[in-house]
Amino acid sequence: MSGRAADLGNVAGKPVAVRHRLGRGGAGLRVSPLLLLPALLAYGAVVLYPSIAGAFYAFTNWDGLAQTWSYVGLKNFHTFVHDEEAVASLRNTLLLAVTITIVQNAIGLLLALGLTANIKSKNLLRTIFFAPALLTPAVIAYLWQYVYGTRGALNTVLGKLGLEQLQRGWLGETSLALWAIAGVVIWQYAGYSMVIFVAGLQNVPEELYEAAELDGAGAIRRFWNISWPLIAPATTINLLLSIIGGLKLFDQIYVMTKGGPGYATETMSTIIYKQAFEFGRFGYSTAIALMLAMIVAAVALFQLSLLRRREMEA
Amino acid sequence: MSRRRYGPANLLLELALVAAAAAFLFPLYVLVVISFKQRSEVRRSPLSLPTKLHLGNYETAWSSASLGHALFSSTFIAVSSVVIVIVLGSLASYAIARRNDRLGYGMYLLFLLGLVLPFQLALIPLYQLVRDLNLLGTYWAMIGLYAGTLLPFTIFLYTGFLRAMPRDYEEAALLDGATPLQAFAQIVFPLLRPITGTVFILNALTVWNDFLTPLLYLSGSGRETLPVAVSTFVGQYVSRWELVFAGLVIAIAPILAIYFLLQRYIIRGFASGLKG
Repeated sequence: MSGRAADLGNVAGKPVAVRHRLGRGGAGLRVSPLLLLPALLAYGAVVLYPSIAGAFYAFTNWDGLAQTWSYVGLKNFHTFVHDEEAVASLRNTLLLAVTITIVQNAIGLLLALGLTANIKSKNLLRTIFFAPALLTPAVIAYLWQYVYGTRGALNTVLGKLGLEQLQRGWLGETSLALWAIAGVVIWQYAGYSMVIFVAGLQNVPEELYEAAELDGAGAIRRFWNISWPLIAPATTINLLLSIIGGLKLFDQIYVMTKGGPGYATETMSTIIYKQAFEFGRFGYSTAIALMLAMIVAAVALFQLSLLRRREMEA
Repeated sequence: MSRRRYGPANLLLELALVAAAAAFLFPLYVLVVISFKQRSEVRRSPLSLPTKLHLGNYETAWSSASLGHALFSSTFIAVSSVVIVIVLGSLASYAIARRNDRLGYGMYLLFLLGLVLPFQLALIPLYQLVRDLNLLGTYWAMIGLYAGTLLPFTIFLYTGFLRAMPRDYEEAALLDGATPLQAFAQIVFPLLRPITGTVFILNALTVWNDFLTPLLYLSGSGRETLPVAVSTFVGQYVSRWELVFAGLVIAIAPILAIYFLLQRYIIRGFASGLKG
């Protein structure tokens, strides 16, 4: 959920714009394509080549050390289907991504609506809600490990409120740990969703609300009929960012639970790491990475097509 | 509720949001108060304000986690890789944005592909590559990696900005006999300043906050970045939360300081994902 991913949503719009320009057939400056070369070399060496190689190793039994490996076809994928831990990780990955996406954006939207209304402390509050999004996820995860501990802050607060019966080992119980991790991510990035929704809401012309108010539309009607359709681009970007961030989640889990208890918080990212760097099964690990890549790409392409369709209609 | 007047409903909303903000800040409050307490006080009353500010935790964390070194590593890697990515990315974007042909368009799509490819796919071949080049545990490995992985996002931002920028100045310079490279360095690049600021901040933050890459490439090298140094430190002082938290505060303090200095600018940078 880094800044790097921040503009995925826009990617969709750009190619259309390019074609417009091409169609116009402007002369174009004669800028040498050699200026592209340094970037292309770096990108090729660090992103393109290793990604292609990764997709290739997914069909081998490479162990990362031996100089030899052999082509094993779809064997790694068969292994995956019969690997209880791997199947659990797939389920957890999807569950986490969907939960985070829905809750984080719901909170982000509510905050954004509140913070674009007429209140006095809106700038200070925006600054506060956004702050966690800048902090290092791996570092912040240690704080939450304490908060969730059996004698941690959350249980202490519950005890003080007289709610002892709600005290839990938040990260230690199989049925709770995954939701506890989702809670950390939502806490950290709800303010990020908020900032993007606020930007969307600020683009809605004030006159539209005034006209609707004159026509007697209540706050809820105004939201559904004016704000909601007009912040659609912000919604798309937010959904894309949070779902892709959720699918790739690694740091927080590695720090807080290492995938446990049992397989309860194992995700595709954590078993990709484990299979490769703890068990040396590089072929199997890249096969799982390839599946994750395809899931992420499918989500991104789906969102991209939605955005493009919207652009056609506009 | 009225959109213009400040009535009771607005006051109620304001109070609710302030309460929500206080709840949001609560974990960070816990972090700070515990970092100033002695062990016995953490046991007795973890969540109260510290009776007196105990700075010993910070001294211990700073020296035994080598946070000074880690601070240097994090800063050096972040600044170097972002400077390189700005040079490579702005040049490439200039070529892409000013060439109205298939090559420019194709290259643009090729770079954008990198926004969708998850790093997990490249993880192992990349590790192998770095190992074979004998670069494990070096700053060069980190800087080289980021110089490549940050390019798609950087080129995306620069190209969008360049396309919207008028070309009159550079065309005049080219007519006066400047080479495209001269026109770029002397005229175009200075005009890119607003987007360069955004590119710098967003990318530097990505590098600063990254955990997996330095964990894989720098562990045990003595050149660990802050997140890795903190994680090693936590491993040594399990459940000595007052020490751990002093380390965490040191690790996040630089980001928070910059945030409070440049908050408007930073929030705008993040929100600009919307407008490109």
